[in-house]
Amino acid sequence: MAADQRDISVSEFFAKNRHLLGFDNPRKALLTAVKEAVDNAIDACEEAGILPEIWVHIQRTGNGNGNGRNRYKVGVQDNGPGILKKQIPLIFGKLLYGSKFHRLRMSRGQQGIGISAAGMYGLLTTGKPVKIMSKVSVRKPAHYYEIAIDTKRNRPEIVNGRGDGVDIPPGQRGNKTIEKHGIEWIEANHGTRVTIELEAKHQHGRGSVDEYLEQTAIANPHVAIHYIDPDDNEKSYARVADTLPAEPKEIKPHPYGVELGRLVAMLKDTREPTITQFLIKSFSRVSPAVARRICEAAKIGARASTKKISRHQADMVYQAIQQTKISAPATDCISPIGEELILKGLHQVVPGEFYAAATRPPSVYRGNPFQIEVGLAYGSSSAAHRVTQESLIELIEQTDARTLRQFLATTFDGLGADAADKIIKQAGVKTRVAPRNLKVKEIDHLHDAMRNVNLHDGQTMNVLRYANRVPLQFQAGGCAITQTVTSTNWRSYGLGQSRGQLPRGPVTVMVHMASVWVPFTSESKEAIAAYPEIQKELRLALQSVGRKLGMYLRRRRKVKHEGQRRNVFLRYLSEVATAVSSINQTDRDKLYEQLLLVARKKTSEADVQLDDRGRPIDEEEMNLGKNVLIVDPS
Amino acid sequence: MTKKKTPLKTASDKDQQTLANLTALADGVVAATRRRRDPHLDIPARSLSNVRYSPRKKIIEMGKNTNRRQLFNLSQAKSFMQTMLVASGATQLIEQGKSTSIRGLYYLLKHTIEGAKEETFAEQSECDPVIEDVEVLLASLREELHLYAQKRGDMVGDIVLLDSGDEIDCSRMGSGGYGIPSIVEPEVIQFKKCNARFVLHVEKDTVWQRFNEDKFWHKHNCLLTHGAGQPPRGVRRLLYRLHNELKLPVYCLLDNDPWGYYIYSVIKQGSINLAFESKRMAVPAAKFLGLRSIDFKRCGLSDSVKIALNDTDRRRAKQIAGYPWFAHKKPWQREIKKLLENGFKLEVEALISREISYVTEQYTPERLKNRDWLD
Repeated sequence: MAADQRDISVSEFFAKNRHLLGFDNPRKALLTAVKEAVDNAIDACEEAGILPEIWVHIQRTGNGNGNGRNRYKVGVQDNGPGILKKQIPLIFGKLLYGSKFHRLRMSRGQQGIGISAAGMYGLLTTGKPVKIMSKVSVRKPAHYYEIAIDTKRNRPEIVNGRGDGVDIPPGQRGNKTIEKHGIEWIEANHGTRVTIELEAKHQHGRGSVDEYLEQTAIANPHVAIHYIDPDDNEKSYARVADTLPAEPKEIKPHPYGVELGRLVAMLKDTREPTITQFLIKSFSRVSPAVARRICEAAKIGARASTKKISRHQADMVYQAIQQTKISAPATDCISPIGEELILKGLHQVVPGEFYAAATRPPSVYRGNPFQIEVGLAYGSSSAAHRVTQESLIELIEQTDARTLRQFLATTFDGLGADAADKIIKQAGVKTRVAPRNLKVKEIDHLHDAMRNVNLHDGQTMNVLRYANRVPLQFQAGGCAITQTVTSTNWRSYGLGQSRGQLPRGPVTVMVHMASVWVPFTSESKEAIAAYPEIQKELRLALQSVGRKLGMYLRRRRKVKHEGQRRNVFLRYLSEVATAVSSINQTDRDKLYEQLLLVARKKTSEADVQLDDRGRPIDEEEMNLGKNVLIVDPS
Repeated sequence: MTKKKTPLKTASDKDQQTLANLTALADGVVAATRRRRDPHLDIPARSLSNVRYSPRKKIIEMGKNTNRRQLFNLSQAKSFMQTMLVASGATQLIEQGKSTSIRGLYYLLKHTIEGAKEETFAEQSECDPVIEDVEVLLASLREELHLYAQKRGDMVGDIVLLDSGDEIDCSRMGSGGYGIPSIVEPEVIQFKKCNARFVLHVEKDTVWQRFNEDKFWHKHNCLLTHGAGQPPRGVRRLLYRLHNELKLPVYCLLDNDPWGYYIYSVIKQGSINLAFESKRMAVPAAKFLGLRSIDFKRCGLSDSVKIALNDTDRRRAKQIAGYPWFAHKKPWQREIKKLLENGFKLEVEALISREISYVTEQYTPERLKNRDWLD
């Protein structure tokens, strides 16, 4: 027995547990690969102070049958600073290698598993190594590597150039080398391109690469994205903001956010000789006075050596930290998107007539600063309304939904089961028919129905979730954001809502949580854990935009209602004037004018609301503040 | 009112009065508007709650309740407009000295409202109640507005009258009888000579035909009328005039069901809907000859002529029994109770099952001879 027990390499573990990293199925694998590459690319650009420009190119490499059918080549290039030659193999070929794990700083990636895991997945499914081309500057040579991961030893293996990669000289000569080696590269002064070939499945609709890039564009208005999908369709999201977000600051951990195991590890690693020094230097918000109080509470000497702290004493220190009052961590380390840019980003991507945004002041959960931002767009037509016949046919061909109803509900955002039923009924198609078995004529009917059925009632709110500007596309149900949106009462803001359901209406809400450490529920980073402090901030932010939406909708309804009232009267006034003047020969036009005056007076009178004492209240000013954008729908 | 109208030569005093009322109505609207007020009309309510039975006069009279109709009220704006339209239509008719049917008025006033896809009146059923509103509002009869309803009802018997100047002998009308016009005011119809001793009013045309064919009116020296169901105003007004001017008693032969009872009630006391006209139409001395609930047994009718009462009939019968003008009449309470006990109703035609002329030769003469009727 003992002989069989041996080390498990991290790479090997993940190779067997790929679902933990978001590679559970071919469809998701494609998305995860793109996502990791794009996230890294944007992070790299921002850190170097460069406005990011990203190229994403997905190609089908299989020739249509057999094994290669579901093979895709994913290429992601950025205009970042490039990577130093010796770092390249480690970054892309070693799991858990990165600059982000050991520090507390707001960034997209966190653990440094992502991109190398994507490479490993590609290697496992197609046997093709990861190809990296990186260029630091115009004058210096670029490097081209093809890297495979040795899963047993968690070590990169360079495949090309006899294990040393290929150097590409700068200038014209370089271009020849690029051509010679068949390297894909969009001419740029600096940047990095990663190409991974993997077994995957490309699909449109919910949880797709298209959706991910669209949502990324919303939350990152300073990024330009160019995307070529496997069918050679090009889609570009232009940059709407020309300034980089403020650079987030790195902070030391706050004592409240540290668990016992981490504390022990930190004690082991520290170079500080005494416990007081250790507490002051390793944590934020620990002054000498606070350190002394912790030591007193833990009943250990203030000058006790860090090397001699026993496990028991460490536990005492941990308990003492919880009991000692320590001020909250500095919150200036977070860089929110900002209300103005949220409005710009939403308006750029989501069509609508009313937009509102709210950025909450920073707050703290378990010693980690975080900040919640919410953007809301109202009046967007549903994805089902916008779909063209060609893309509908394409979607139907690609779907693996078993019934038409399921297809409609899963493919189009904000389309509930009710709306799906309505469409199916209107189209006169059988409910349980498989989408693939639809005849051409039936698809025509379906398309007509989708465009004509009034989906406003059946439409549910579309919730876009973000953590540190990265869209979260899966496990919506398990995420604190969805839970808070659902538990917020939207009825008072003029939207319909059943208990425990998302509100109904043509609404898109984007929720962004920015934090030095986003508490994900799993390693695949798809849902945020529901800490009470986070939920409270989420609720407050949602209510803030909700109130503005409510005000807007009330006003809109009122204006409409008032107009209708006045119209009813106006319609009949002319008839009354004519009839009266024909009876008593009074001047018709003069009477009509006077009736109009009374009508105006009457309709405005009816609109004045009275307070408890029967006195008229001043009209509610539609003071929506600055963080609102109203677009005339016409 | 801004300009004084030149008085029309053709208009009678009555017309002048009606025109003055209409003008006052229009002036009210102008005055309210000039003061920036909401123009409104107070229309006497036409409902059971606003009628009162006068035991002294033995007719239904209209109470004092009114419903306010405002122009600047979302739910009333349209009917206000329609009321003014009807008033203007009536003005036009009176000024031109012409009259039209209520359907004619509907067509006269019906047009598309300017700038809307809406019609002033979508259907005649929208126009008719508004006409009644204007009648009660001005306390004018429909005839005074130069309107008439569809002609219904016939008369035959030994009477000579002048209708618009034509002399008509109602004993020489063949099998069709004299069609009672909807306007029977003294200006139109004058009685010239009458030898008849009473009026027999039957419910409908088919029964009337039976009596006419058997020359019942000749044998018994009476006038024979029918109103094709619920009698129209022309018929009721004629019965009133025959009764009051020629002192002829009125007897009714109606079906034995709640509707027959109510026809009698309307002839005798006036209708709830047009209670304001009762004093010019009701004949409180009218008698109910039959059919009675006891007639099934009394006349020995066969089971096959029974028509089962339905829920509506039962409800209506109880409602009628509760009307104040029936409530204190024991014979009527017994009659209605018996109907409910029987559980079936009878049509006058049921008597034919005994013999074709049973109703004219035996039933009616017997009732009259024995003074066997309900009051």
